[in-house]
Amino acid sequence: MTARPWLKIVAFLVGLFLTVPTLVVIPMSFSSSQTFRFPPAGWSAQWYERLFTSPEWTTAIVNSLQVGAATAVLATVLGTAAAIGVTRLGERAKGVATGFLLSPIIIPNILIALVIFSAFLRLGLSGTLSGIVLAHTALALPFVVIAVTARLQGMDPALQKAGGSLGASPWSVFTKITLPLAMPGVLSGAVLAFVSSFDEVVISLFLQSPTAITLPVQMFNSVTVQIDPTISAASTLMVLVVSVPILLAQVIGARRGNRGRQR
Amino acid sequence: MPAPIAAPARAAAEAQPPPRRRLSPAGRRRGAGLLLLLPALIALTLFFVLPLLSILLDSFTSPEPGLGNYVQLFTDGYTLRVLGRTLVIALVVTVAGIALAYPYAYMMTLAGPGVRALMVTVVLVPFWTSMLARNFAWMVLMQDGGVVQGMLGLVGLGDVTLLGTTTAVAISMTQVLLPFMVLPMFSVMQQIDRRLLLAGQSLGASRLSTFRKVYLPLSLPGVAAGASLVFVLALGFYVTPALLGSPQSALIAQVISVRTRELLDFGGGGAMGVFVLVVTLVVLGLSRRLAGPGATTGAAHVMAGGNDR
Amino acid sequence: MTTPPADGGRIELTDLCKRYGTGPLVVDNVTLDIASGEFLTLLGPSGSGKTTTLNMIAGFAEVTSGSIRLGGRDIAPLPPHKRDFGMVFQNYALFPHMTVAQNIAFPLRERKVAKSEVAQRVERTLELVDLTGMGDRRPDELSGGQQQRVALARAVVFSPSVLLLDEPLSALDRKLRQSLQQEIKRLHEELKLTFVFVTHDQDEAMSLSDRIAVFNEGRIERVGTPADLYRNPGTRFVARFLGESNLFDGRLHPGGLYEWNGHKWAAPATSPATSPDGAPDGAGHERDLVVRPERLRVATEPGQVPDGANRVPATVTGLYFQGTHQRVELDYGGVTGTAVLSPDAAGDDLRPGSGVTAHWDPAHQVLVSRTPTP
Repeated sequence: MTARPWLKIVAFLVGLFLTVPTLVVIPMSFSSSQTFRFPPAGWSAQWYERLFTSPEWTTAIVNSLQVGAATAVLATVLGTAAAIGVTRLGERAKGVATGFLLSPIIIPNILIALVIFSAFLRLGLSGTLSGIVLAHTALALPFVVIAVTARLQGMDPALQKAGGSLGASPWSVFTKITLPLAMPGVLSGAVLAFVSSFDEVVISLFLQSPTAITLPVQMFNSVTVQIDPTISAASTLMVLVVSVPILLAQVIGARRGNRGRQR
Repeated sequence: MPAPIAAPARAAAEAQPPPRRRLSPAGRRRGAGLLLLLPALIALTLFFVLPLLSILLDSFTSPEPGLGNYVQLFTDGYTLRVLGRTLVIALVVTVAGIALAYPYAYMMTLAGPGVRALMVTVVLVPFWTSMLARNFAWMVLMQDGGVVQGMLGLVGLGDVTLLGTTTAVAISMTQVLLPFMVLPMFSVMQQIDRRLLLAGQSLGASRLSTFRKVYLPLSLPGVAAGASLVFVLALGFYVTPALLGSPQSALIAQVISVRTRELLDFGGGGAMGVFVLVVTLVVLGLSRRLAGPGATTGAAHVMAGGNDR
Repeated sequence: MTTPPADGGRIELTDLCKRYGTGPLVVDNVTLDIASGEFLTLLGPSGSGKTTTLNMIAGFAEVTSGSIRLGGRDIAPLPPHKRDFGMVFQNYALFPHMTVAQNIAFPLRERKVAKSEVAQRVERTLELVDLTGMGDRRPDELSGGQQQRVALARAVVFSPSVLLLDEPLSALDRKLRQSLQQEIKRLHEELKLTFVFVTHDQDEAMSLSDRIAVFNEGRIERVGTPADLYRNPGTRFVARFLGESNLFDGRLHPGGLYEWNGHKWAAPATSPATSPDGAPDGAGHERDLVVRPERLRVATEPGQVPDGANRVPATVTGLYFQGTHQRVELDYGGVTGTAVLSPDAAGDDLRPGSGVTAHWDPAHQVLVSRTPTP
């Protein structure tokens, strides 16, 4: 059955609504004016210059990269181990464990921010980058678990048994069979963990201090506390550096997945 | 993580009948599984579950023991208004989301593989685009003298102020949350056998009637999953109302933020948080009843690149 | 009860064509007259156009050109839900959110039949397909065979004049398939509807149908009763598709002589396909000679071959004892064939690898053309 024309039009408009508004940030970032007027009256690269030279922005960028990298490492290690562990559990335990591991994705961020802030305040972790890393790790875990689980589910369990029957110890079955096969999932989990941390605002806002400001927090402050058009350059940077690679990976991944399924 | 170390963990976790031999291979596998899980479980417990419990405790004990914080929640006129406003916005965003997402998800099931891949990507664009970039873009578009105002002027609505209003917040939130609506719907619709529609028509039902009596009921689990997800996320939304709204039209998340970050009133803020959590769990529980667990997890898989299945 | 309404269920397809976009014709000038109350099977390999033809009859595929008439009335402009055909789908297509009774009641509700009558007719139809008492079950609580019965019940409950069946048994295992074949045959006899049945399974087609239309590359290659098609397939495609055969691709010479690979066989003229046309070395003389396995005999000594029989030396490549008969796989020097012998006739001398003489009575051979007759 083919789609009716009105359906195509509606879907197209919804597609526009999803994508186009965000693109405004690109021309905005080349604006010559101090205001957020759109379309810009003139063009300049001053906001990029400021983004990469002014200490408040460069520190925020470096902080975000550090936090993101640390989060990615921690969440990937914990999440991969957990995902592999889950596959070895019995059916019921599997459901409970998965539900627990995925819970941070469903709980509203403001709540996570609230509880982590109060706990970290008491532990002295508030206002430190390591505190933000720990919080982000809890938040990023579900992404790694999902990515690795998806990969493991497509794997023939007989492979691990075969490894064992061929004389491999459980440890070498894990390192030589399970892990290499799960690797694409692990890598995409790591990327997702990095991105989810790099883009996270609410928890970082709660845990911020003058020495622990991430890029999204700096952006948030640049429109709420002062009016600093550098945010448009930062936004463009985020779109280009974060979204584009992720989406490319998605498209390529989807193609691969489809091909694998048809076989 | 070799199995021998796992044996005691397993034995502790599950009291086994008299250990005649050593553990069975399956038991060992499970033991190893638990061991692999342990670090993540500990991390989540430390940085998520324990803090949550401590806030729950705070909400009943601070500043003084009792239900004071909760009583205040429903008697203090300001908080009640904020709660009401938050629920209304969450509802509006949910309904608008259903209206936009349903045809889009339906179209996705009809499209060929190429177009469908494009449509999945388009849905994921907002999901993987910086939250701040998107909200900043809406700020620019909806400011006074901005593009949206100009367009509204063209259709004769004149100078409607958008920025700082709940309308602006609702529009932006609808866009930001739309992927969470589309993906569960799509994952359910995709599993509907399209031959059922042919069967309906062969049995004498018109296209419209077949859609209403066959397709719609079968797609409802996806709608329920998407709607509950969006509703819940909208309840706790912070960035959009903070950037596009105003203190006069604050939502619950902003009030929680002020209470805790600025006033360090963890009892009062905690009570609000617990209220949001309870609503969240109730809504998710209901949707699980309605939709089954599959729809939400299916969506999560698409988002995390596990691809549609 | 004996004679259904004269022509109400008669379907006439005239020069029916279907192409998607600018692609080739997937259905190529199909003309077929299906009598009211007939059980007609569209048989062919996948992609031969049989399902597309059925979909055009049902209204799910638009007709590119040609006409479809039901009881003399042109139904091409009607949407599917106004055609009043019952249809049974390959994977049943039962509505999963409705009970069995609700599924069966669906077409009645759509036709605004009174509630009391709906209940009555659902009950009666459940009885008809032997599912009394199952009305409150959900489709997923039923076995595959039961689901197919529900699908049948749903498709006939509103007394349509025609029942369309799209490979309804292909998802079932062999045993179940046979019992449902009988069920379908019984329904056909009881309801006296026109049945249009699509399948790629020749056994199914042979045991169920009044007539079979064999599809090949979008065209109807041949129409006839199962026995007629088996005995006189007419073309190489039909001979190969319907039943097994020993097929020799030789040439027909004037004077009732057939030559294959240096062997000369008697080929008395009995039908148009047995008389050559055109020049002796032209395509008009190219015929395939077909001998059905049960008509073939095998002799271990050339002396045992009766006079007047056509013969060819062969090597036994396989022997399969199958209870009621013995199957002998043969190799005629590059061309393989099969003989089905009664256990007595086979004898004990046959061994894989042994040289034998295959022979048959010329009256039991048929000549078929290599290409469909235009």
